[in-house]
Amino acid sequence: MSGRRVIIDTGNSAVAYAVKDAEVKVIAAYPITPQTTIVEKIAQFIEYGQMDAKMIRVESEHSAMAAIIGSEAMGVRSFTATSSHGLALMHEMLWYASNARLPVVMAVANRTMGPPWNIWADWGDAMADRDIGWIMSWAANNQEVYDFTLISYRVAEDKRIVLPAMVNLEAFVLTHTSMPFEICGEETREYLPEYDPVWKLDPDDPIIMGNLFSPADTMKLRWDMWESMERAKKVIAEAIREYNERFNRNYEGLIKTYKMDDADYAILSMGTIGEEAEVATDVLREEGLKVGTVRINFFRPFPREDIIKTLNGVSKVIIFERSSSIGASGQIMQDLGQSLLLEKMQLDVNDVFIGIGGTDVSYEDIVNVVKKAIKGDLAPLYWYGSEGW
Amino acid sequence: MPEDVNKYLPLSKPKIGISGKTGSWRIFAPEINYEKCVKCHICVVVCPEASILLEDDRPKIDYDYCKGCGVCARECPVGAITMRRER
Repeated sequence: MSGRRVIIDTGNSAVAYAVKDAEVKVIAAYPITPQTTIVEKIAQFIEYGQMDAKMIRVESEHSAMAAIIGSEAMGVRSFTATSSHGLALMHEMLWYASNARLPVVMAVANRTMGPPWNIWADWGDAMADRDIGWIMSWAANNQEVYDFTLISYRVAEDKRIVLPAMVNLEAFVLTHTSMPFEICGEETREYLPEYDPVWKLDPDDPIIMGNLFSPADTMKLRWDMWESMERAKKVIAEAIREYNERFNRNYEGLIKTYKMDDADYAILSMGTIGEEAEVATDVLREEGLKVGTVRINFFRPFPREDIIKTLNGVSKVIIFERSSSIGASGQIMQDLGQSLLLEKMQLDVNDVFIGIGGTDVSYEDIVNVVKKAIKGDLAPLYWYGSEGW
Repeated sequence: MPEDVNKYLPLSKPKIGISGKTGSWRIFAPEINYEKCVKCHICVVVCPEASILLEDDRPKIDYDYCKGCGVCARECPVGAITMRRER
């Protein structure tokens, strides 16, 4: 084992290194592109004796999630990773993890749902699971992939929270793209102490998980999850602050703002598109347009207060989304909408669907759309490029 | 569970008789013929209600909770258990 060092590797490897440094003890997974190399790397760590963990090979993603729910219920830190159809197959068990308050962590390599068969990036797979009570982060680069995985364990296992966490990284753009990032090695031990569960199965003191409950008692369980998720906003901010101090990072919190101080127009996005938007912001600033970018790092809990605070004084928000809630709007738009209503605030908003099905998104695309939006030439709900189809 | 954690959890503690004496649901009652019984304990293992207990190595039916499903009679390899109509 070694300490901190910078390596050049893929987003999937970044997840694997974080899982190793978090001293995860049980991993269960089923292969699916573009997630597979995460668990391959972990299997290699175990095989080479660099990691003391049990890898359970299962027959489906449903079983993968069920297996780590079982190990976590025995009080053991557990992990799995999946993508698109695999995540969809896990759907039922995702509820078991959150409702049973088992703080497992899962990496999701965001990939398009078929048909047509498509292995490229799309947030739609994870968005279908946003209402289950999982903490959800979206990384924009491999450093964030590594860091968010560790932060996720810390927050998920915090006794004030006790909810599972999903770390999202976009297919290929991150999963298979190499870039430099720093891993922390043994230095993570103090940041992430040994898992101390609030409940676990014990043959000497038997309890039943998931027995029949009355409607009134069940409602209390959901309320407790709601309160814990609200509390998670504060706990994530704390966990990020301590991470910054220990490992010399400079994360802002649940969101990342870029040139928002004097911005008239804001770009709101997540993941790699959110980072590309920073380049677009610089280009637009050179052209004299006062643009800023807000990037959501944690989508659940939704950082309503942070976003509203930074958007105060902005005349227009242009949202870029790599998924759509067909028949409504984009998912970020929906959550921005609820935030504005709750804060009694009004804003001019454009919702732009871009990068769907893994189409490339460059800063030039974002620049073009933002210019059109500022001129007022854009429909409120706009599919990028659709005028040419 | 640690005392300092105040959480609502979907957990419950098994407790005998929390739903009342479910033996009252029974229509047929199993009866063990101890002359035939070979003490293999298969009935103890297969009883879905854990209502066959061991007493001096012999199976004994707890009629407070036996619902009369008849699995023990069906599985007994020597036919030592018969089902008798109660009502």
